[in-house]
Amino acid sequence: MSVPQTISSHTISVLVDNEPGILARVVGLFSGRGYNIESLTVAETDAKENLSRITIVTAGTPMVIEQIKAQLDRLVPVHKVRDLTVEGPHIERELALVKVKGTGDKRVEALRLADVFRAKVIDAKRDSFVFEVTGASDKVQTFIGLMEGLGLVDVGRTGIVAMSRGGEPL
Amino acid sequence: MTAEESATTGADLLVKALIDEEVEVVFGYPGGAVLPIYDSLFKQNRLRHILVRHEQAAVHAAEGYARSTGKVGVVLVTSGPGATNAVTGLTDALMDSVPVVCLTGQVPTHLIGNDAFQEADTTGITRPCTKHNYLVKSVGDLARIVHEAFYVARSGRPGPVVIDLPKDVLMNKHDYVAPKKPVQHKSYRPQVKPEAKKVEQAIALIAGAKRPVFYCGGGVVNSGPKASRLLTQLVRLTGYPITNTLMGLGTFPASDKQFLGMLGMHGTYEANLAMYHCDVLINIGARFDDRITGKLAEFSPKSKKIHVDIDPSSINKNVHVDLPIVGDAGHVLEDMIRVWKAKQPRVDHKALKAWWAEIDKWRARNCLAYKTDNETIKPQYALERLYHHIKDRDHYITTEVGQHQMWAAQFLKFEQPNRWMTSGGLGTMGYGFPAAMGVQIAHPDALVIDVAGEASIMMNIQELSTVAQYRLPVKIFILNNQYMGMVRQWQELLHGGRYSESYMESLPDFVKLAEAFGAVGLRCHEPAKLDDTIKEMIAIRKPVIADILVDKAENCFPMIPSGAAHYDMLLGPDDRAAKPVSEEGMVLV
Repeated sequence: MSVPQTISSHTISVLVDNEPGILARVVGLFSGRGYNIESLTVAETDAKENLSRITIVTAGTPMVIEQIKAQLDRLVPVHKVRDLTVEGPHIERELALVKVKGTGDKRVEALRLADVFRAKVIDAKRDSFVFEVTGASDKVQTFIGLMEGLGLVDVGRTGIVAMSRGGEPL
Repeated sequence: MTAEESATTGADLLVKALIDEEVEVVFGYPGGAVLPIYDSLFKQNRLRHILVRHEQAAVHAAEGYARSTGKVGVVLVTSGPGATNAVTGLTDALMDSVPVVCLTGQVPTHLIGNDAFQEADTTGITRPCTKHNYLVKSVGDLARIVHEAFYVARSGRPGPVVIDLPKDVLMNKHDYVAPKKPVQHKSYRPQVKPEAKKVEQAIALIAGAKRPVFYCGGGVVNSGPKASRLLTQLVRLTGYPITNTLMGLGTFPASDKQFLGMLGMHGTYEANLAMYHCDVLINIGARFDDRITGKLAEFSPKSKKIHVDIDPSSINKNVHVDLPIVGDAGHVLEDMIRVWKAKQPRVDHKALKAWWAEIDKWRARNCLAYKTDNETIKPQYALERLYHHIKDRDHYITTEVGQHQMWAAQFLKFEQPNRWMTSGGLGTMGYGFPAAMGVQIAHPDALVIDVAGEASIMMNIQELSTVAQYRLPVKIFILNNQYMGMVRQWQELLHGGRYSESYMESLPDFVKLAEAFGAVGLRCHEPAKLDDTIKEMIAIRKPVIADILVDKAENCFPMIPSGAAHYDMLLGPDDRAAKPVSEEGMVLV
């Protein structure tokens, strides 16, 4: 039986117990089995139940993606594994902090482009800005690319968080 | 009584929890961090402690105990080197799905991370080689974690679980919490019952087969002895051929005419060709390991594949299957038999007859044949004679790793599960002897034999002291060819006969070695005296090393060279020149 060999990117949400070592378990699984991590975000999402949500963007053939999900699901502290990419429409967002240093025309142009991208100024000095930009990854990437010619000095990105559309929980 | 008085120390709590988990034996080695536990053990007589001579052996002994009984094996080691020495055993248990709970000592919580004496990041080190692990940070969590650990170790696909115990946690006091039954884990709930629809689809596929083969592995053993009885029943109902993996030997009686022997790299010609030519492949509790499949692109190319496994991550990992069924082998087999009996499907007897005729032709090649010799003992002959003398006795076999292991799998016949303990996935030299100790502890009156090589046995030889202390009448049957035989065989086949470091220089005198430890040593190098040596070994109610000097040049056949397909087997030394190993095969192990 032939299986497609094309590599595609998948966004996977994993609900886990918020306990020491859980991130090491997940990351160790990826490195130990040679899977890719394109983006990884993690934070506590339910303080009462002590749960964290991990969002992983990974790439692989359909067989590898199935393996990744099964391997994640096998970890004892993992409650749920959902492949948002295959389970219907979903939204992805990323946040970046972008520091730009410059004066004169470049400073004005950076501010103008920030306005176009709906980036917020969250810190300003007479010769620098820190912008906060939110959106799909390619929008964030495009904004950072534009800043490169305008005095970009520092970038911090959160990685992707994602959620299915509609009223259903994870 | 005040609350203060009713509370017990962590170490006492731990012992109480182990007793509540019906633990009878603990294999361990003391040290600073676990002294409170040893003190608690001293004060009671419900739990028996077996003092090993190296922590790796403690884990293998627990594995032997677990695999011969179906219970969870328990290990107790100290912090730092105690824990790191256990890592090989834990990895072995993970690869072969053996339920083990390993208690490791740890430095007190306030010292963790300070590079304290005998400190190691045990949970960090064992994370990839355990099914799960715990660091107990408060004595209040201890009992609950122990009960949870036993549940995780034995349920679903079994495996090793580590509980790391800081010394202060062992000395602090708390009330005991008894286990809740049945256990409801908040996130770990393996699927044991299969989907009814899939079982029906499987039966339809099985019933319609013209060239079927059952391919069954350790998952059937792990499901319990009932699963093997059900498997035997189903295979006989269908009349189809069956082959077992190394780990699955004993799940179907080897003496049955439907049994094709073991498959894989050193499996039989008929089993491997049946896998290649079949039209329906029924995998129950096996995982399409690379030793089984050979070249993946040519693995069983014409078959529809059914895969029954309790671990969803085993399905579609190496080989894409047509009908995956997630569930416990025993439950699935029970449902399969019920559906089969209800539907009374009409099997294509004509096709099946033709299929068996083909298989019989492959069988007639007599692939396990070897050239006998009056001068030197052939290792295959030694095992045939061993089997002859033990087959009517209550016996258990363990092995080390290498040629002797493969010959044992080929020449010893297993009629029941849980009688064969070998390191399959990890291939751990040094496994067999301590595993045999664990088996003997569980079955004091049975005949327990470690089929060994002279190289492997050296890896845990210190355990002679343990068997002497506990008077364990374990038999070590060494097929001594003075080489790391499998290494030498690969060097002969793949590296132009350059036997780099594979000759065992300076071997001990095994007879004197046995005597030094209070065991009995026997030696035999003549085929004519072999039977007497074996009989003597069996008759002695003490630990025995039987040093059987065998042909040094013998190779293990049949063999699928790495990277080759099932039909591309080497049947013996004469076959070799015709089929050189490919470049891509060379890089594989």
